[in-house]
Amino acid sequence: MAAALQVRRLGKRFGAHAVLREIDLAVREGEVTCIVGPSGSGKSTLLRCMAFLEAPSEGEITVYGAPLGFRVTESGERQRLPDSDVARVRRNIGMVFQQFNLWPHMTALGNVAEALRQVRRLPRREAEARAMAQLAKVGLAERARHYPSQLSGGQQQRVAIARALAMEPRIMLFDEPTSSLDPELTGEVLNVMRELARAGMTMAVVTHEIGFAATVAQHIVFLDDGRILLEGTPQSVFAQPWHPRLAQFLETYIDRGAAVLLQGAPA
Amino acid sequence: MTWRYVELLAIGAAVTAGVSIVAILLGLGLGVLVCSASLARSGAVRAAGRLYISFFRGSPLLVQLLMIYYLLPAAGINVPSLVAAVLGLALCTAAYQAENLRGGFLSVAPGLIEAAQMLGMAPWRILLRIRLPIALRLTLPAVLNEAIMILKASSLVSVVGVEELTRSAQNLATSTYRPIPIYAAAGAFYLILNRLLAGGGGVLRRMLG
Ligand SMILES: Nc1ncnc2c1ncn2[C@@H]1O[C@H](COP(=O)(O)OP(=O)(O)OP(=O)(O)O)[C@@H](O)[C@H]1O
Ligand SMILES: [Mg+2]
Repeated sequence: MAAALQVRRLGKRFGAHAVLREIDLAVREGEVTCIVGPSGSGKSTLLRCMAFLEAPSEGEITVYGAPLGFRVTESGERQRLPDSDVARVRRNIGMVFQQFNLWPHMTALGNVAEALRQVRRLPRREAEARAMAQLAKVGLAERARHYPSQLSGGQQQRVAIARALAMEPRIMLFDEPTSSLDPELTGEVLNVMRELARAGMTMAVVTHEIGFAATVAQHIVFLDDGRILLEGTPQSVFAQPWHPRLAQFLETYIDRGAAVLLQGAPA
Repeated sequence: MTWRYVELLAIGAAVTAGVSIVAILLGLGLGVLVCSASLARSGAVRAAGRLYISFFRGSPLLVQLLMIYYLLPAAGINVPSLVAAVLGLALCTAAYQAENLRGGFLSVAPGLIEAAQMLGMAPWRILLRIRLPIALRLTLPAVLNEAIMILKASSLVSVVGVEELTRSAQNLATSTYRPIPIYAAAGAFYLILNRLLAGGGGVLRRMLG
């Protein structure tokens, strides 16, 4: 299937520290790509590069064929594209953060309607109607007038998902969307994401929820020390626990539920 | 003290209120710009912002007012007294407001700005809709305090020929030889204006959630 977002020979350094090296990755249309790996392996940095919140040091990212942030010329040079161009390409991408990043001075409805009003220039009435519909989809219609501080973490993250979806992106990026939630609240967020995947949304998800990755993703990317060590279908990746780095990783992160699921998964 | 004196003082109070309100609002707007400049990524812009703040905080308001009143005409720009008064107060208070807002701006989590960027909001919209309200809510006590300082410091604009509340009171006191009731009345007017300003601050606080 066609790549919605393509990463080619991507490298990222912070000073002398090479955090990502020679990353080649295709986020395919209509698929869920889960990026897993130990802490510090560069998962967040990779996802942030895919949104151009970090500028890659090397390589190229294209979104539906359009270069994001840098253009590689015929002679192989990288050219920084203007911010207006970055914004145009980014319109295809929605992002959900580990810390939710809801604006504290706006209600749930205000958070979701803000970009519809300020960016899409919709009249208030229409923006709020659309925002309301998005909140209803994540099951929070009756919380629309609450401020973020009055919502649980799981509810806040669902508002953040609704906020991103309101702009109708074609690709959704998630950076550990459940990692700052209490265990009993992760389910409601994962359910919304499952629903989204079922509806055919193209998604790239950084997660430690191996159970979710094993059951929802079509494509698993195992990142270790800034490189892609293994990738493929969940069956093909998680069926290689003999791989020393993967074994070590799974031992650390896998939960009982996921272990049962994996044993049941056809190899 | 006759009704006529109260009326004259009220006119002075109206001038004080008008000059102060315009200067406070203008100064706050300018302060936001100076503050963003002092936090900008570009080193030159940052230096310009810092220079502005240190200049206007480092010299007396009285000197600034006199400089605007006498320097601008010398440079061929004719400024009416009222404009010089408002401009002087606004330029000065902007430096203090920029310093007040600074901590607020620094406390805005970068993720909140990134979320707005990902939704396609332009930098100036992010400033007005996200960063400023959050910064203002956090620094409101200091910002309101500076507004009250400006209301009181507005008595200095009489040096550029604006007859505001304090000057009206002085004139009345000398012409009537009854300074005590007149200055007491002027003080009462200042108190009323301060209450109104505090009320405006309350409205702002509710607007910021
Ligand atoms: N802005 C930055 N400046 C310097 N170093 C950074 C920066 N961001 C990340 N790093 C470094 O890059 C490496 C990868 O970080 P990253 O956050 O991408 O890892 P991660 O896989 O997301 O980890 P975690 O699972 O803990 O979220 C780490 O060593 C981190 O210290
Ligand atoms: Mg991370």
